[in-house]
Amino acid sequence: MRQLFLSLVTALLVALPGLALAQSAVDILDANRALVEKPTRAKIAPVISELAASGDPVAATVLAAWAEKGLGLRKADGTFFLIEKTADGWALRDLTGAEAGVAASSDIVELRPNAGVRGLIATALVQFTLSDPDPAKRAAALVSIARDPEAAHLEPLRASLATEVDPALKAQKDRLERLLTLRFDTDSAARVAAIEGFGSDLGLDLRAALNPLLATSRVAYAGDLPGGANVARVLVPGADLSEAEAYDLLVAAGMAPARLTVEEARAALLANVVDGAVGGVPVAELGTQAARDRAYTALEAAGAVPAAATDAEVAAAVAAHGFAEVYAEPDAQVTAAAKAALDGIALKVGAMQTADLALDAVSLASIYFLAAIGLAITFGVMRVINMAHGEFIMMGAYTGYVVQLFITNYTLSILVALPLAFAVTFAAGVAMERLVIRHLYKRPLETLLATFGISIALQQIAKNIFGTQARPLTAPAWLDGALTFNDVVSISYIRIAIFVLAMLFLLFFLWLMKRTRLGLEVRAVTQNPTMAASMGINPDRINMLTFGLGSGIAGIAGVAIGLFAKVTSELGSDYIVQSFMTVVVGGVGNIWGTLAGAFLIGTLQKGIEWLNPSNTLAAQTYMILFIILFIQFRPRGIIALKGRAAGD
Amino acid sequence: MTRQSFTERSFLAKNPSVLWFILILAVFTLGVTVLSEAYGVAFLSTSFVKTLGKTLCLCLVALAMDLIWGYAGILSLGHMAFFALGGYMLGMWLMYARTEEIVVAALAQGGLPATPEEVRQGIAVQIFGVVGASELPAIWAFAHSFWAQMALVVLVPGGLALVFGWLAFRSRVTGVYLSILTQAMTLALALYLFQNDSGLRGNNGLSGLQNLPGLSDASQDAVSMWFFWGSALALGLGYVLLSWVVSGKFGSVIRAIRDDEQRVRFLGYSVEGYKLFVFTLTAVIAAIAGALYYPQAGIINPAELAPIASIYLAVWVAIGGRGRLYGAVIGAAFVSLLSSWFTGGRAPSVPLGFYTVNWVDWWLVLLGLSFVLVTLFAPKGIGGLFDLWQGLRGPDRKGAPLGPDDGALMEKEARE
Amino acid sequence: MSALLEVSGVSVSFDGFRAINNLSFSIGPAELRAIIGPNGAGKTTFMDIVTGKTRPDSGAVTFGERSVSLLSMSEAQIARAGIGRKFQRPTVFEDQTVAENLTMALKAHRAPWRVLFWREGAVDRARVEALAAEVGLADALPRKSGELSHGQKQWLEIGMLLAQEPRLLLVDEPAAGMTLAEREHTTQLLVEMAKTRAVVVVEHDMDFVRRLDCKVTVLHEGAVLAEGSLDHVTKNQQVIEVYLGRG
Repeated sequence: MRQLFLSLVTALLVALPGLALAQSAVDILDANRALVEKPTRAKIAPVISELAASGDPVAATVLAAWAEKGLGLRKADGTFFLIEKTADGWALRDLTGAEAGVAASSDIVELRPNAGVRGLIATALVQFTLSDPDPAKRAAALVSIARDPEAAHLEPLRASLATEVDPALKAQKDRLERLLTLRFDTDSAARVAAIEGFGSDLGLDLRAALNPLLATSRVAYAGDLPGGANVARVLVPGADLSEAEAYDLLVAAGMAPARLTVEEARAALLANVVDGAVGGVPVAELGTQAARDRAYTALEAAGAVPAAATDAEVAAAVAAHGFAEVYAEPDAQVTAAAKAALDGIALKVGAMQTADLALDAVSLASIYFLAAIGLAITFGVMRVINMAHGEFIMMGAYTGYVVQLFITNYTLSILVALPLAFAVTFAAGVAMERLVIRHLYKRPLETLLATFGISIALQQIAKNIFGTQARPLTAPAWLDGALTFNDVVSISYIRIAIFVLAMLFLLFFLWLMKRTRLGLEVRAVTQNPTMAASMGINPDRINMLTFGLGSGIAGIAGVAIGLFAKVTSELGSDYIVQSFMTVVVGGVGNIWGTLAGAFLIGTLQKGIEWLNPSNTLAAQTYMILFIILFIQFRPRGIIALKGRAAGD
Repeated sequence: MTRQSFTERSFLAKNPSVLWFILILAVFTLGVTVLSEAYGVAFLSTSFVKTLGKTLCLCLVALAMDLIWGYAGILSLGHMAFFALGGYMLGMWLMYARTEEIVVAALAQGGLPATPEEVRQGIAVQIFGVVGASELPAIWAFAHSFWAQMALVVLVPGGLALVFGWLAFRSRVTGVYLSILTQAMTLALALYLFQNDSGLRGNNGLSGLQNLPGLSDASQDAVSMWFFWGSALALGLGYVLLSWVVSGKFGSVIRAIRDDEQRVRFLGYSVEGYKLFVFTLTAVIAAIAGALYYPQAGIINPAELAPIASIYLAVWVAIGGRGRLYGAVIGAAFVSLLSSWFTGGRAPSVPLGFYTVNWVDWWLVLLGLSFVLVTLFAPKGIGGLFDLWQGLRGPDRKGAPLGPDDGALMEKEARE
Repeated sequence: MSALLEVSGVSVSFDGFRAINNLSFSIGPAELRAIIGPNGAGKTTFMDIVTGKTRPDSGAVTFGERSVSLLSMSEAQIARAGIGRKFQRPTVFEDQTVAENLTMALKAHRAPWRVLFWREGAVDRARVEALAAEVGLADALPRKSGELSHGQKQWLEIGMLLAQEPRLLLVDEPAAGMTLAEREHTTQLLVEMAKTRAVVVVEHDMDFVRRLDCKVTVLHEGAVLAEGSLDHVTKNQQVIEVYLGRG
């Protein structure tokens, strides 16, 4: 079918030049001079088509000039010129573009086509731009058509298809032609063929073209369904739509009188107050709806106010009519094909969205993991709770910002900022451990409070230094953009970088704990500090280094988080609760647990956001509720320490 | 001698601090009344009276915090959430009833007496127009009734504490875990209330609470004094109640739970039941304090539930001295009044030559650091000064000096 | 004589390590029993299982005439059912006075609401004083228990156990760290107590066990190795191997 159609088009295209050469653009203009001078949209259309079809290269120039008020008519002899305003009149060129002298303002009539005519001209011009020798112009024309497709574009597009030499543009044109066909072609078979021709395509443009075909509107009808309507489904009042909605449809269609609103009833009653009463009911008693209804009914009976539908009448009217959802597109074959195509797309898009959601969840999990890994060290390994952990993240982010003030090359500045942030927060962590936490071992609740005091102070100091507005921490240009798999699945490079960073930290942590002397000593101190001390390990030094390490990693996480989040003094407190949740849910004292916790929380948060995309606040609320419940069933987290060591 | 020392004496005789406290509170209340604008010589401004009244409410919630933390050893970071919930519950009635008056008055201008539906609709639009809704949410079903909302002041925070506490204690979450869990609860609640469709006006919160419905003639001068008296009464009753609770065997048991809950279990006490009881009781007290506080503040919004608020509560109690009820009151009064003095811009700036310390900016730094110092060097807080004054030294206990430091799960694990 | 506590076929393992292996044990209503065994024999785990702190992987633990299963009960419920436990290290509430410690342990309603309204009567006071006298702490009633000596704390804890009026007492190394005179006193207390209730003493010290003069159960690798009088079990070849062979 489609082949047949295409061959028809080709035949037409072959035939056109022969016809077109019969008349030049000038001839056509001259023949329709009066009409060109005072065009109306309806009458000028054949003239413009004729010009467009003439094949005369001058026609494109003429049409473009006409649309932009660059075409004039000399009063003296009715000759058309291309005109350009000068200081004291018009500069003239003839229609081929050759100089033709000047003319006084009064000698020339400037042609000013109205918007409707300009639209016709623009459509006609499409054919010329689509066949323009410059591929860039042809590509631009395709983009502009795709953005705002019209039925009128279909013919010129088809016409230009045969002459297209660029294979990429030809493919684009072919696709666009089919998109236009399925929407605007008059032959339903051609449209169905175009729809089915897309096969497993998932393009947004295809969905944008198909969706309007399935647009429906609700209609009310008396008796049988109106003939010719392409019905999507019949609606049953009470089940598919409420009685009020059904009645509103009837009112909108003029098939029933409007219901009386409270305001109208009030106004009507007020207008009919006679001697302190309305319809025999004293005004003072009109404080209930029942009394007002009585008064209104009395007025109705007296003919003072128009009759309004009562509830019973509404019910009867709704019962007496049928309701249906009707496609705007009258052709049932087309809608069926479009629906089938969209259903197929929806299924595939659903799968893709799941993949995209999974990517989102992984990247969120990476962020939580980064934020929590330092905490997993201080809380998980040392059993020290550090409420200032979030502020260490914030310090790392601000370090990155300060570095960028001095080093303007973003790549270099990030490379400098990462170790510097580590150094700054490592030092802060060691200082805090020496000055405060050392004195509070074995008093976890007081550690919590003391570190919270530090957190309050650090946050306020940051506010005093950097102010309350967000500071930028700009990622290098090569991290801009996203890795795009298709219209649905994509992930930004920054998030990939954070994922990689998170994995690096995991490996670093494993290497540190399992393969180094420090890791061995840390594990020894964790498991039995007294024994470790008796074997020559200095627990003080180990605690200090471990705490510094955890804090330093928080600093690096801060740089990473600062790349996509706003750097404010509250940056840390935004992550602290989630970080603790990550560690607690995962299982304290186990890095794999932290990883599992991060993935659980990341996936959960994205999952809930997906169920209720409009409301990220609710997502966080439900996530926290879930965690509270989760801890009911696994109080020690996903990966729990077992045995006597875990007993209390 | 031994017979005398632990045998039966009256509650007040055993707790002389209660009499002292009531006496000081009464003198203070009388003094403020005499100096007030409404009933005295107008020495104290109405706004300062409100500040004092609010401080009394904060003292009450600090008392509750002291019971749960200082005595029972549960560092709850959620009690300001109960405080705010109490405020919301009473605020709903205040706002509804006040709006009802306005709406009825406005509708009366229209020539016809208003129908209940019109009034309800008018109230809904008036209150919820700001979040783009025009229907009263279901949770406002009782907002028209003062007594119902008063009951909800107790029932909603108490119910939440009961459910949350039951879940948390049942799974034996203790120590810092529990603290973080309560903080998470607070955060979840705050985030929920920040939503526009939470039914409590999102981040706009409830406002105009300082106006008492039905008493539009009463001046704010007088209203502020009434609330001041109410707050003082509540604080006095709260102090007596909690002193009584901690004085008997119950107090013994909860302090024992703080120090070694496993041992208490082997004595046959259901530790979870006691924790739940204390958690819920203190939540209710916090809610009552909140219900008295927010009408004096005039406005409540979800920012009041921010986790930081509950931590400040812990800060007050720690600075005042936990484990003794008057310590909590002193801490809350001292720190919150000092805080409003510093942040109110009235504290003189300190010029250092190269930099001027502006206390509005630096107060939190000072507070944070002094909190660290108190934790490190004065774990008994300001209340510890009373020990010095009385020449009493605490027993030279070998166990943890203040609370359940070994109660934390992880500590146990580390030790074994 | 029917058994008061019946432990049958109980096993529990931690991370693959079998701490208790198909252990069976029973004790009558008024009996003194010593449990001995080398380190890691499962003595403490056994007490943990009976008091509800550890749940066994398999087996049954029943208590009392009606043979109530203890496995579904919480620690507090088990304690209320009449099983008292004394820990190896003395655990008393050091922040509170001896009187408060004893009062807390007195047999009475344990529900929060009842405790809240509980006020000390003359009977209670007499009982506390009698208990204090029994464990030799009559003069120490108003003192904070944190100020007591190690031995006094042990006795206070025993006093608290008596106050609970349990039907079964589990005592973990009561003589550790005591002077000779204190040991003597403790022995008397235990023997006296066992006249009216079941007492299980876990002990390392053979000399102390000999003084108790009671039936002995030897645990090894989570199971009963031998049972009988001390002389009987010390003649058992396996027992000798376990103790001497392992050092």
